Amino acid sequence: MAPVSVSPEEARRRKIVGVNAETVTHVSSTDFPGHYPGEDHAWSLEKFAKDFTVQFHQNSPYESTFSLFPLDASIANAFRRILIAEIPTLAIEYVFIHNNTSIIQDEVLAARLGLVPLTGRLEGLNWMQFYKRPVSDEHDASGGGETERDTAADNNTVVLKLQKECSWAPGQPKEGETDPNVLYINSNVYAKDIEFIPTGRQFKEFPSPDGLIRPVNPDILLAKMRPGQTIDLEMHCVKGIGADHAKFSPVATASYRLLPTIDILKPIVGQEARKFARCFPKGVIGLEQEGEEGEVRAVVRDTMRDTVSRECLRHEEFKDKVKLGRVRDHFIFGVESTGQFESDLLFLESVKILKMKCVRLKRSLANVTR
Amino acid sequence: MPSVLANEDQAMDDAPQSGENLAESGGDSFIDLNDQRIRVLPGANDTAASFEFEAEDHTLGNALRYMIMKNPQVELCGYSIPHPSEAKMNIRIQTYEGTTVYDVLEKGFDDLMGLCDVVTEKFTGARDDFNARQKP
Repeated sequence: MAPVSVSPEEARRRKIVGVNAETVTHVSSTDFPGHYPGEDHAWSLEKFAKDFTVQFHQNSPYESTFSLFPLDASIANAFRRILIAEIPTLAIEYVFIHNNTSIIQDEVLAARLGLVPLTGRLEGLNWMQFYKRPVSDEHDASGGGETERDTAADNNTVVLKLQKECSWAPGQPKEGETDPNVLYINSNVYAKDIEFIPTGRQFKEFPSPDGLIRPVNPDILLAKMRPGQTIDLEMHCVKGIGADHAKFSPVATASYRLLPTIDILKPIVGQEARKFARCFPKGVIGLEQEGEEGEVRAVVRDTMRDTVSRECLRHEEFKDKVKLGRVRDHFIFGVESTGQFESDLLFLESVKILKMKCVRLKRSLANVTR
Repeated sequence: MPSVLANEDQAMDDAPQSGENLAESGGDSFIDLNDQRIRVLPGANDTAASFEFEAEDHTLGNALRYMIMKNPQVELCGYSIPHPSEAKMNIRIQTYEGTTVYDVLEKGFDDLMGLCDVVTEKFTGARDDFNARQKP
């Protein structure tokens, strides 16, 4: 039996999620074999390769937005989850405090340092390996964890230093001077004060000046000090993943939304059309002149800009004239990098990690006792 | 039928002494990703089985479930994470006659890998086009 074909109107109707004033409808995917009698919904790589489209909207180094369609939510969500929690990055993990007489406590300062996004030469970062931690502190003390532990080496640990002492500015300050920047030297400790101490192959992997391991944002305020106070510490950075700690997450945000749809069922004209356009963000609804001296008519211009606020559904006059929705298989991704990697590379990395999961588990499956 | 059911009752091991099992309770980071991480749960036959995946979660679970459900030879596929404090994910597969759950699962992996390749290729192409258009 030849598969039943579906009209374009029916195909479109099927992939629209209805958005009403208070409810949503048709949320789940229905593109499975057996869901519609006689239709073929089996997975076909050729069909996917033919239909699948990527459309870029923005691609600056640390912020990308792009559309992926048609794609199922389960796959899109896997990419999103991997972006947030499974792409390895370098972050400060161990802080050895030699001296800290500032008012910010050791542990608070260490937590702050951990969250500072770092960057360096891309190839060097990819060359870095995971540092195998001791199984637990308890085990470590009894010696049980020692065998499991890696030693810190040039390919798994990056050493940073922060040494800063606050003092009075030279000379007699003016009477009544209160500005700390005039009165003191080094009263503010910034991320740019963190110093990279390369060892071994790190000289080659992170060359000066562009390849050095350094904070992405030099002006992050780490601590404040007053004359006589000192911060002197050493930091060890290791690779980790966001699932372990948010500081290892390579993205500030990685999210998606579904493409909104607006269907005008009955013409909206004149004053009503203007009011209708004001229910949406700028550029979503346009006004068109009908004929030479006809009235203006509301037309849908760019649904991508819509926020689906559902404002138009609050007005009695539009209730039966418009249908809002979203396209279930059109994902508009937004990936904002913290600065260690570029956004588009991060997405490609997430796809690679999903594939690697499959490769490893397929190998694992071959060894399963049947 | 009853004989099959009788086999499904399994004796349960005692919980490990405190400290003994720390390596596993610590989460993903202590499970070597190259270890044997798939196990067939008791009560399986060729057309109906549950697989236990160690150190996997909704990320792979839902994506794999979708790919397996796209296979017309599959009667049912579902996944669950039985307990949030155990890094384990179960996938249940039931197939029609003429295939086995192992083949179906393997096809699921293959399809997902094929999808990843297409996404990478199309993404790279679209990005390079976009960057080229932004330049002049």
